[in-house]
Amino acid sequence: MQKITRDQIVSKAVSLLQDGTVSAVLGWRQGEFCYDVTPSVFNTAEDIEANFVWNDFCGANFSKYLVSKTKNIDGKLLVFLKPCDTYSFNQLLTEHRFNRESVYVVGIPCEGMVDISKVKAVSGEGIVCAESKGAGLSVTTIYDENPKEIPYAEVLSERCLNCKSKKHVAYDELLGDEGEVIDSARFDEVEKLESMTSEERFAFWQGELSRCIRCNACRDVCPACTCEKCVFDNPNSGAESKAPTNSFEEQMFHVIRAFHVAGRCTDCGECSRVCPQNIPLHLLNRKFIKDINSFYGDYQAGAEVGMRAPLVDYDLGDLEACDVFERRDSE
Amino acid sequence: MQRIGVFVCWCGTNIAGTVDVAAVSEALKSEPGVVFSTNYQYMCSQAGQDIIKDAVKEHNLTGIVVCSCSPRMHEATFRKTAAAAGLNPYMVEIANIREQCSWVHKDMLTGTEKAIILGKAAVAKVNLNTPLTPGESPVTKRALVIGGGIAGIQTALDIADAGFPVDIVEKNPTIGGKMAQLDKTFPTLDCAACILTPKMVDVAQHENIRIFSYSEVEEIGGFVGNFDVKIKKKARFVKEDICTGCGACVEKCPMKKIPNEFNLGMDNRRAVYIPFAQAVPKVATIDPSACNMLKSGKCGICSKVCTAGAIDYKQKDELIEEKYGAIVVATGFNPISMDKFDEFAYNQSRDVITSLEFERLTNAAGPTQGKLLRPSDLEHPHTIVFVQCVGSRCDACAEKGKEYCSKICCMYTAKHAMLVRDKYPDTEVYVFYIDVRTPGKNFDEFYRRAVEEYGVRYIKGMVGKITPEGDKLKVQASDLLADKQLHIDADLVVLAAAIEPDKTARPLATMLTASMDTNDFFTEAHPKLRPVESPTAGVFLSGTCQGPKDIPETVSQASAAAAKVIGLLVKDKLTGNPCIASPNELMCNGCSSCERVCPYGAITYIDKEFPQPDRTVAVRRVAQVNPAVCQGCGACTVACMSGAMDLRGFMSSQIIAEVDAICK
Repeated sequence: MQKITRDQIVSKAVSLLQDGTVSAVLGWRQGEFCYDVTPSVFNTAEDIEANFVWNDFCGANFSKYLVSKTKNIDGKLLVFLKPCDTYSFNQLLTEHRFNRESVYVVGIPCEGMVDISKVKAVSGEGIVCAESKGAGLSVTTIYDENPKEIPYAEVLSERCLNCKSKKHVAYDELLGDEGEVIDSARFDEVEKLESMTSEERFAFWQGELSRCIRCNACRDVCPACTCEKCVFDNPNSGAESKAPTNSFEEQMFHVIRAFHVAGRCTDCGECSRVCPQNIPLHLLNRKFIKDINSFYGDYQAGAEVGMRAPLVDYDLGDLEACDVFERRDSE
Repeated sequence: MQRIGVFVCWCGTNIAGTVDVAAVSEALKSEPGVVFSTNYQYMCSQAGQDIIKDAVKEHNLTGIVVCSCSPRMHEATFRKTAAAAGLNPYMVEIANIREQCSWVHKDMLTGTEKAIILGKAAVAKVNLNTPLTPGESPVTKRALVIGGGIAGIQTALDIADAGFPVDIVEKNPTIGGKMAQLDKTFPTLDCAACILTPKMVDVAQHENIRIFSYSEVEEIGGFVGNFDVKIKKKARFVKEDICTGCGACVEKCPMKKIPNEFNLGMDNRRAVYIPFAQAVPKVATIDPSACNMLKSGKCGICSKVCTAGAIDYKQKDELIEEKYGAIVVATGFNPISMDKFDEFAYNQSRDVITSLEFERLTNAAGPTQGKLLRPSDLEHPHTIVFVQCVGSRCDACAEKGKEYCSKICCMYTAKHAMLVRDKYPDTEVYVFYIDVRTPGKNFDEFYRRAVEEYGVRYIKGMVGKITPEGDKLKVQASDLLADKQLHIDADLVVLAAAIEPDKTARPLATMLTASMDTNDFFTEAHPKLRPVESPTAGVFLSGTCQGPKDIPETVSQASAAAAKVIGLLVKDKLTGNPCIASPNELMCNGCSSCERVCPYGAITYIDKEFPQPDRTVAVRRVAQVNPAVCQGCGACTVACMSGAMDLRGFMSSQIIAEVDAICK
């Protein structure tokens, strides 16, 4: 499925490591299961050649790892970024979260990543092998040694089906061709929510959010969540909580988080990818993005370094709060 | 735990008439932290303040809530009372039960209920108040005046007379500004040069004033009392300290066809020039875009004829760095461009001129030596049409012109019309106007004299179109009072062009982080009560950079700005407002969100070392607030994602406590 091969990425990583351009490589390593791929730092060419992984499960957005992994590094860290990852990369640079000089970015094309929960829905649990084969995934489980072929259209993750850009907005070097920004249908789901009555919408979110187990995976993976101390961990913030004590509290967690990343969220979709309860968290953020676009003109966080986000910028043409209500009422 | 005293004021019947003050003081008695609660007729009176002071001593109070009028009114009073009683003045909170309760509610019950709620909110806040101490910063006793027109000159003279050094930065080769170009001044008709040039000389000779002419402000850093300014002194290719202003170079310069900007291009100057006879400094300037020697290295005549040896073709721009305690903006105005006003044929006929060009035409030092001759054929015009409000008072949606009234046009047009009729009684003078606006001392009398004594024909209505035809200008206009169309064959048309702030003002405002309105006029701190201060501390406004003004108004505003500057410079130290933002460095991400929203430029970043639990040291980028610049607006506190930024005296926890108390 992926246009670019593991060999191409590995040879690029090895050559950059060996010619001294970089001193370490941030890449993917095999985890417990075949579909379980873990971000990892590689320090030697041998390690890369033996253990570097590139397949349809390499969804992890590496941008956030740069904040911690470049802290104590001599020389540069090589990072492979898919197009959507580069937006988070720029946003983090805008917020001065790491030094651009400590990073060497190789942009790699992406044809979309697979959502394992969608695969399991077709194949059942106990997957032992999931490989790319033609226009689909060939899946073997412990219950059935005959591989089952599932078309990609059925198993690509939601964020990839609604991919917003194949264009790299930041890189030092590009493997493959320059892509384009895509006019995606990513706001369709938001519009569906908007067309609900407030009671229906409340019921929808209550249904989704009541499944939250407060594992904090969404927060921990989110490239916009890089605070030194998160408000949810800070006893002085008034919002501190470690676990859901009632159904209202977990709503507060997700609503506060959506507000905190508003205007900074690049819609990379990592929150929904890592959620063990499959809560469509990205829809909260997309509602903000859609509103910002309609209130202040189209804005894509991370499109450039140093952009002033509409919510922390002001000009005389800005929408007043009363106009928002007027618009809402007239709709 | 605080020990809070609650003091409910009756304000005579102002509050007590609609709010049951006894019920309020009784209800607040049981609030957490409250150990004493009382009410009195006038808390702000000496007797009332004594009640507070006594209660502080008697009950060992640590915090005070006064339920009274708006904090705008008496917060300062009660803070002083608290300080006199030995408390930190910032342990006082005011619950506004007058403007927000008794004055807006008719019913005693609702008024009282709300007063109690507001009192509870104030008590909840005081429970979280901490003593605050204002910081201090030293004051550099030197002022910078940007712009050397009459506004800048007056401000500089007043500050210098008070004994403080002043630098004037003027972008042109001479100070004097627009007033130097004028002929006579309304309403007394004294000659502009006769009253302005002595002031220019005063400036030049004043021991406390330095003039940086042909210079521009390049960079401004720092804050009130401590501005760091870089001034670019542009190369004029003449050594200023050696040049005697004799004019020999000007006479011999072979480049004679350079449009003379001082006469608005109506005649020519040389490549080396002195703008006008009374220029200050009276020093020649070489125009590098016109000088052959500078362009091609061929000529050098001026250097040969200069007996003083002042010509220096190798002169470079010079950067001057200086510290200032206060900055006065006096960047002035320009008439707007007439390019968009095709209907008035300004670009088609040389005999359609602006009022400022008319000033030069009637000025004895102007291109016609003060004889009123029309530019096209140097004939005496017999019919002159003045058009008022050209580009002033336009529709907001119109693509050209300004919404505001330029304020000076009615008076100078009356002056022009009167002078023409006085000098050349054979000339017909028409003035087309929307309204004639003449508020000002002796202004209306002046205008009426133009109409009644000098026979100027004022016609209410606008000119629709001007068409050059032969040596005439066909003026098509409407007379609204007679309700008919007029056709006038004019020899000269004078357009009262709207005025707009100088183009240098906008970039300067950015450097100063001073705010501007949509028309690029500088905004004052308060339109009525602080008219010469910018909202940015230490930045003051003088003259038309703040809004259209005539000379008398400009001069009084210039002196007012000077008074404010003197008031600042006379202090050795500035006491800041302690209610400012402060970051919790342990939580700060260094993301720059706060820096981006700060309207005052008070936030910077440093890389700071933080000891880690494992005994290593981590370097992180963290926000720093300059206490002298921060105005305590709180924009940064809401922009901060991690809640690292908080406003002293208005901490998020205090605000939430107030809201909680209200919603309880």
